[in-house]
Amino acid sequence: MDEKPQGSSPKNIVALCARCFERVGRGEGKGPSSILLQTTDEDHHVARMAAVALGLTVLEGAIPSPLPGVKPGLANIVTLIVLARYGWRTAVWVSLLRVFAGSLLFGNFLTPGFFLALSGALFSLLVLAFARHLPSCWFGPVSHSIYGAFAHIAGQMAVVYVWLIPNPGIAYLIPILTAAALVFGALNGLIAARFMDNAENI
Amino acid sequence: MAVLQHIKLGDWLTLLLGGVSVVLLALKLWSGDLADKAVIRSGGKVFLEVALSKDQQIEVPGPLGISVIAIKDRRVRIASDPSPRQYCVRQGWLQQAGEIALCLPNQVSVELTGSNKRYDSLNY
Repeated sequence: MDEKPQGSSPKNIVALCARCFERVGRGEGKGPSSILLQTTDEDHHVARMAAVALGLTVLEGAIPSPLPGVKPGLANIVTLIVLARYGWRTAVWVSLLRVFAGSLLFGNFLTPGFFLALSGALFSLLVLAFARHLPSCWFGPVSHSIYGAFAHIAGQMAVVYVWLIPNPGIAYLIPILTAAALVFGALNGLIAARFMDNAENI
Repeated sequence: MAVLQHIKLGDWLTLLLGGVSVVLLALKLWSGDLADKAVIRSGGKVFLEVALSKDQQIEVPGPLGISVIAIKDRRVRIASDPSPRQYCVRQGWLQQAGEIALCLPNQVSVELTGSNKRYDSLNY
């Protein structure tokens, strides 16, 4: 039997860890054991916006839907406002944080529903990257919202067809889903535009 | 309307574009394919494949007698049949791909086919 060196006996390791956690807890850790994250004001802002979006997602969950898959997408109002005010990169952060945190909240992380939400969000962000460069004297949040909503449906249908239901029969749903995208896209865009207008007037 | 002032000219254009594409998608995806060919079977074998472009009457012999199939305006029907209950005659005009009229007692059937069939097979 080998003799273990004195320094790594179990008792000493526990004591070392306890000291380490104390240091971190007091926020004075400076060595490699520190887990203190430096956050900027922008991080806090993104987190606040994502939290608002998350709240709208939860609120939306309480609204009954006539057809599974047809949802107003109220959280995208936040994405639209962030896009108009703080640019595309911030909108990506807020939108994706909302998708991930929302899936953890509803317990569907890594389920098909999560991937549908993710693909929809990614596609609409991709389209918004182009749509936001439309001349702003002609095109406002309403246009952005409608293009985003259509991209959302397109992304979701792509995932559904490639992965979940590889049957051309799902094409029968497309007119219903696109009609819903048009209506809710326009409404969300209007709400976002109205909100930003009010905020400017105050 | 206070709300409408937020919709700019381009937004109206987007709305119009979206509405038109929704309507086009509905028309494209919800209307079955129009048939362009009729397959007439008798006794389980293909008796005749005929295009719907020409109006005509076709007489198909079966065990009970002669069934008359009429083609008119790109539609097909069984005009007369010796079967006792006349189900296939009462089915009326067929015009979409995949539709089928069966006169079982006389072992005659007419099926419409289009560019793509809506299902691979039918079981009865």
